[in-house]
Amino acid sequence: MPHESSPPRDAVPASVERSVAATTRSSEEVKRQRAQVFIRAVGMLPVLVLLCIAFHFLSDGRFFTGQNLGIVLQQAAVNTVLAAGMTFVILTGGIDLSVGSILAVSAMAGLTLSKVPGLAEFWLPVSVLAGLAFGLVNGALIAALRLPPFIVTLGSLTAVRGIARLIGADTTVFNPSIPFAFIGNGSLTLIPGVISIPWLSVVALLVILASWFVLRRTVLGVHIYAVGGNESAARLAGIKVWAVILFVYGVSGLLAGLGGAMQAARLYAANGLQLGQSYELDAITAVILGGTSFVGGIGSIWGTLVGALIIAVLSNGLILTGVSDVWQYVIKGLVIIGAVALDRYRLHASART
Amino acid sequence: MKKGLMSQPILEMRGVSKSFFGMKALRDVDLTAYPGEVHAVMGENGAGKSTLMKVLSGAYRPDPGGEIRIDGKAARIDGPLAGRAAGISIIYQELSLAPNLTVAENIYLGRETSRSGLIARASMRESVFPMLARLGADFAPDTLVGDLSIGRQQLVEIARALAAKSKILIMDEPTTALSAGEAERLFALIQQLRADGLAILYISHRMDEIYRLADRVTVLRDGSLVGSLDRTQIKAETIIRMMVGRDVSSFYKKEHDPRAVRGRPVLSVVDVADGKRVKGCSLTVHAGEVLGLAGLVGAGRTELAHLIFGAAAMTSGEIRLENRPIEIGSPHEALENGIAYLTEDRKAFGLFLDMSCLYNINLGVLGRDASLGGVMNRQKARERARNAFSSLSIRAPGPQVTAGSLSGGNQQKVLLSRLLAASPKVLILDEPTRGVDVGAKSEIYTIIDNLAKAGVAILVISSDLPEVIGICDRVLVMKAGRIAGEAAPQTASPLTQENIMRLATGTGELDAA
Repeated sequence: MPHESSPPRDAVPASVERSVAATTRSSEEVKRQRAQVFIRAVGMLPVLVLLCIAFHFLSDGRFFTGQNLGIVLQQAAVNTVLAAGMTFVILTGGIDLSVGSILAVSAMAGLTLSKVPGLAEFWLPVSVLAGLAFGLVNGALIAALRLPPFIVTLGSLTAVRGIARLIGADTTVFNPSIPFAFIGNGSLTLIPGVISIPWLSVVALLVILASWFVLRRTVLGVHIYAVGGNESAARLAGIKVWAVILFVYGVSGLLAGLGGAMQAARLYAANGLQLGQSYELDAITAVILGGTSFVGGIGSIWGTLVGALIIAVLSNGLILTGVSDVWQYVIKGLVIIGAVALDRYRLHASART
Repeated sequence: MKKGLMSQPILEMRGVSKSFFGMKALRDVDLTAYPGEVHAVMGENGAGKSTLMKVLSGAYRPDPGGEIRIDGKAARIDGPLAGRAAGISIIYQELSLAPNLTVAENIYLGRETSRSGLIARASMRESVFPMLARLGADFAPDTLVGDLSIGRQQLVEIARALAAKSKILIMDEPTTALSAGEAERLFALIQQLRADGLAILYISHRMDEIYRLADRVTVLRDGSLVGSLDRTQIKAETIIRMMVGRDVSSFYKKEHDPRAVRGRPVLSVVDVADGKRVKGCSLTVHAGEVLGLAGLVGAGRTELAHLIFGAAAMTSGEIRLENRPIEIGSPHEALENGIAYLTEDRKAFGLFLDMSCLYNINLGVLGRDASLGGVMNRQKARERARNAFSSLSIRAPGPQVTAGSLSGGNQQKVLLSRLLAASPKVLILDEPTRGVDVGAKSEIYTIIDNLAKAGVAILVISSDLPEVIGICDRVLVMKAGRIAGEAAPQTASPLTQENIMRLATGTGELDAA
């Protein structure tokens, strides 16, 4: 690299000294930073692999079976979609506590519409757009009124849950003949009789790929990292911070709406009170497990995918090994705390003067 | 007033080093202080003065190997409490008081006297009275610190140090935020404390203060000790040469056309005010001109720059760009109009420390370079970063490393290249060389000079008077939110430090030099 040892233009002894020192330091610094990026990206992958192997043995070989892996992938799908949206939000240093409620309201709206003759086919886009609308309301409150994200989304967690119950008059809405039900229960056959992937997982993977593209290949993606890394600097650099904020909460709402559609298609039913309860916690856990910094600016969507898979494997494995429901709660809770402790440790490790 | 050179040193530092991630901020520094002396510590920004003081006060832990002795005994200062227990108090540039607590509560903060677990508020109050009297303070122990002026808050800090029975008092540029009268009172107090036998380590950039107060001067450069001078040896030229490491004559650069000051006006600010710190300011920057904006801290210079850049809202006035009035509601709009602003605090408001230099440099123009749908043009971004690295000689392993891993000077050049990527017509540089080492400083001066040659209208805000005089064609001086006057060569108001300080403080003479 030519710039590594670019000679100082004027004869300044001090800077000669410095540039020599910089050159000897430089390769180490590149290596150190590459290692750091690698650790962050791979992060929890070894944990995921170890968990899978451990559960395989603890469950007498029932983990690595085609059928069980299919179940894990299917169970991970909705949380992966929510966590992808949550990644956008947390990258800006925010939080979205309302995704579970938005998921419920979207599923309720979708199912209700799917029972209206003539409009039934539109239930899917409508439930996704309903999620988008609620997300944009969150974003507008946070961006325009400068309210703290935690407060705004804590409020909408409750308010939107109420709206979800209103839609079905506080009952469960059923529709056994909902269109596009294959999304919830069908599988995409890649090699007939050998490999097929649940459609839910295909959707989740597409969401991850699209998120990766937006975050890593578009200007908007860089602006999201910039706002999370240093909001004041982002504003002074000419970034429209309000637009970025609006976008991330919009995405989070949209993906929560998609999650609601996925749940509706899977269950053929939705209950405004029960559906999506505390889903926001699983989504946040997945993002933090994936190495995204809680203060924003650092993180990757691949980490989030790994985080979501860890949660799904954990749930599945604990059931396979016969751990009681009560203990599953305790263990998952400890995982959340462990994840945040890890986040702190990472921040500390990469701290500078 | 007697220098206690015969007596036992109260503080001895031997071979003290401090490094951050392999970068030596301090290298084998020795420092000795005696009771009853004012020992000035000087050096350029980034020379290691503040690091040294933070090591002493326990804010930083020194590298193993060095030795600190207090009163002849080896001391281990491994935290702020240990520093205070060892008799060292520090008064920072930014005061570290709790504005919502009273004077007495602040003085005893962290050492509250208690009676069976309850705070003994009355006895704390009582004991504060004589302390405040000794310092000549004109406020009561019950006053909220937030209601006091900066100068009085400083007295509270000093009272806190005395209450802790400190023997060594470190003052880090104590006069930067003070009015002339307050500074005067502080000097008298320092002389009194010296007579009482305290050792005072005094950090300052101001030569007149050094002449007036210092019994000895120690100069640091690039983290190393250059040398110490006794009172009789203190001379401005000697100290500057020690700080800079070479003659200063070739240090600043002003080779662009001096006739630019009468050239085409690019940016005109007419009677701009914000209803708070800026009280009606007008100025014009011409194409190819470097206009300085000097003044004391708090005079409203940065606030004025923020108004021009749209980072704060103005309540009255007009901004004209190339003779057209323009509306600037946000930094985004300022940048679209070709006005760029370099912040005075690059870490807080400028850089994205966790992002690569590549993105830090390209951030402003990513949108312009992007293809349909906002997809980044990564090829172009890489080219731009490479060009910036070579043309501004940014010394870093490569554009892919994070901005936070660079030294101050190189960080500043990265930030500067972001502004330059947008080819601005007007460049507002707020303290462009703050926290930048000497080598990078002279490089930044060259960059500024070259930009002026290229016809950019440049406004430089700086508290560093030699710098303002060295690189600017003329200098406007702000005082209390207004333009107090102009200093320019070959006028009745010449471009000299004395003249600028006279305008900035509004006082007649300085008894300096």
